[in-house]
Amino acid sequence: MTSGPLRSDGMGGAAALPITISNIRKNYGSFRALDNVSLDIRSGEFLTLLGPSGSGKTTLLMVLSGFVRPDSGSVRFAEREVVLLPPHKRDIGMVFQNYALFPHMTVAGNLAYPLKLRHVHRAEIEARVEKALDLVQLGGLGARGVDELSGGQRQRVALARAVIFEPRILLMDEPLSALDKNLREQMQLEVRRLHDRLGMTTVYVTHDQREALTMSDRIAVLDKGRIQQVDPPQALYERPKTHFVADFIGESFSLPVTVNDGGATLFDQALHLPRKIAGSEPYFLVLRPEKLTLLPNSVDGEAGVNVIKGQVRQSVFHGDSVMIYVAVRDAHEIALRIPLRGNVVLPQPGEHVRLGYGIEDTIVVPAAEQAGGER
Amino acid sequence: MSSAESGVRQNETALARQAFTEQLKLLSLSFPALLLVGFIVLIPMGWLFWLSFLDADGFTLAHYERLLHPSYGLTLRTTFELAFLVTAVCVVLGYPLAYIAAQMSPRAARIVLLCVLFPFWTSLLVRTYAWLVLLQRRGQLNTWLQDWGLTDAPLRLVHNFTGTAIGMVHIMLPFMILPLYAAMKSIDENYMRAAANLGASPVQAFWQIHVPLSLPGLGAGVMVVFVLSLGFYVTPALLGGGRVMMWAMQIERSLAVYSDWGAASALGVVLLVITLAMLWLFSRLTGAVNAAAGGR
Repeated sequence: MTSGPLRSDGMGGAAALPITISNIRKNYGSFRALDNVSLDIRSGEFLTLLGPSGSGKTTLLMVLSGFVRPDSGSVRFAEREVVLLPPHKRDIGMVFQNYALFPHMTVAGNLAYPLKLRHVHRAEIEARVEKALDLVQLGGLGARGVDELSGGQRQRVALARAVIFEPRILLMDEPLSALDKNLREQMQLEVRRLHDRLGMTTVYVTHDQREALTMSDRIAVLDKGRIQQVDPPQALYERPKTHFVADFIGESFSLPVTVNDGGATLFDQALHLPRKIAGSEPYFLVLRPEKLTLLPNSVDGEAGVNVIKGQVRQSVFHGDSVMIYVAVRDAHEIALRIPLRGNVVLPQPGEHVRLGYGIEDTIVVPAAEQAGGER
Repeated sequence: MSSAESGVRQNETALARQAFTEQLKLLSLSFPALLLVGFIVLIPMGWLFWLSFLDADGFTLAHYERLLHPSYGLTLRTTFELAFLVTAVCVVLGYPLAYIAAQMSPRAARIVLLCVLFPFWTSLLVRTYAWLVLLQRRGQLNTWLQDWGLTDAPLRLVHNFTGTAIGMVHIMLPFMILPLYAAMKSIDENYMRAAANLGASPVQAFWQIHVPLSLPGLGAGVMVVFVLSLGFYVTPALLGGGRVMMWAMQIERSLAVYSDWGAASALGVVLLVITLAMLWLFSRLTGAVNAAAGGR
């Protein structure tokens, strides 16, 4: 048991626990909230559960915290099975979406509450509350009432309260969703720094893919109660395994392709692929706007690139860049992003263009989600 | 900003007049209610106050002097004891029920609240007489108690303090449950979850988080039940069997037996002053509790 002050060194390894989730099922009537979910979360890792609403991400977090009882399955913190353990005996920190700060207590009262429950000595409580307030840059605000704080300050108090008793696992349920954009981006970095400093295992729930990409060591993408893919942010972005993941993470446009003998064909034109494709069901080619480049019209075939032709429909100014929407064979639309640096000649609406994309950037994914959680 | 813009004030009087007429229209909606309150509450009360200082010879303090007699002190004590007891029992019975109703699904809670409100649909007199039937010497309750061998002789459950308290609790309970339910319903379930997550057992979370957060509802319920109990007449008169003398019964006796409007008015004024004093004390008390709990 830890009873010392909040760690200020970077040593977190000993203070974290790995989480092993296996075969968790939870139905609400006929709705499958969690469909045989298994996931290993490493000790000290910042893992994000990402998905649209109804994907099961919050339900999974509630199973970890003990507020939702699964129909079957196992949750282990290190070697210890906790699925039958009531919430107050799990000893894990949690930040709630609406913070859930006790309105009848001061800021200091909120922070002291978990320590009082653990029978920490009074003098030590005071010292640790002060230290925790400093940790979240709220020094001197201990005597304030909760309703006297701004949204960002409440967020920080909630964070401090969740870590003051030094839990080895921290759960966060969309903690930044109530903040405005600027503050949210600032808090993303702060939360990540806090995690790095205290070193506990963190499970973070969000529906905001940008937030997930910014903060996480790994991201588990959920859809319809199943885990679609678990990977570090970059791998998830560059090598999505399902159409859902490709569509949900980052901006992308999809074109249907036909697959045979491990190769793929887009509108009668064979694609250069980074690796062979197994199976023969319908597939999509996923194009990210920033990976596309404008090719000069004169050159025809090009080595090492796939080429797609189209007609410019519209260009939209984004400040640092311009999005050019291009119609492909009238029925489809893709877009490319052109950064505004130096003298860029922008194609005009109606103009015919040739767009190129590298072989490594050629993402081909199955159209339908595969059965069973892809790992 | 150019000097031309800052100098010109367009439509200023017309806009101000519009704002004024809008307020006037809103005010006129509450006018009937204000009139009613003025006519049937304030004026009669002022008249009552006036009467309490009058007798055949003009101004007098005799009505108030008479109240110093020990029998009135005894009545006052009975009134307060009964009000305290009824309020306490209502809290003990009402809190768990409101708690359960607040945890239920909205559908189930509606049914429970309907049952709570059900007594309101029958007349006060009917309910009181029903208790008389149930509680009397050879009533249903005593029959059962003796059949099951719990008592040897019939208990004296009516025509006394006990019977009055039972009947009043039954009538007052909804006034306790409804504000409690409303307060508990507004407590975010995440507070209790947060408490559990921070390590509080269900019992600790209840006492340290739920009860303090439900205090506003408890305060409202206690205030309503206590004040209504202070002025209660029908139930003590019937179930007390003449042995439980409440303040309101003294008023009735002054009028019905002695036709003494001055004395009755003085009694009424004293009850009003005591009630207002209690309300003031109570609001001070809950304010102090909130300040102590929240430190603000």
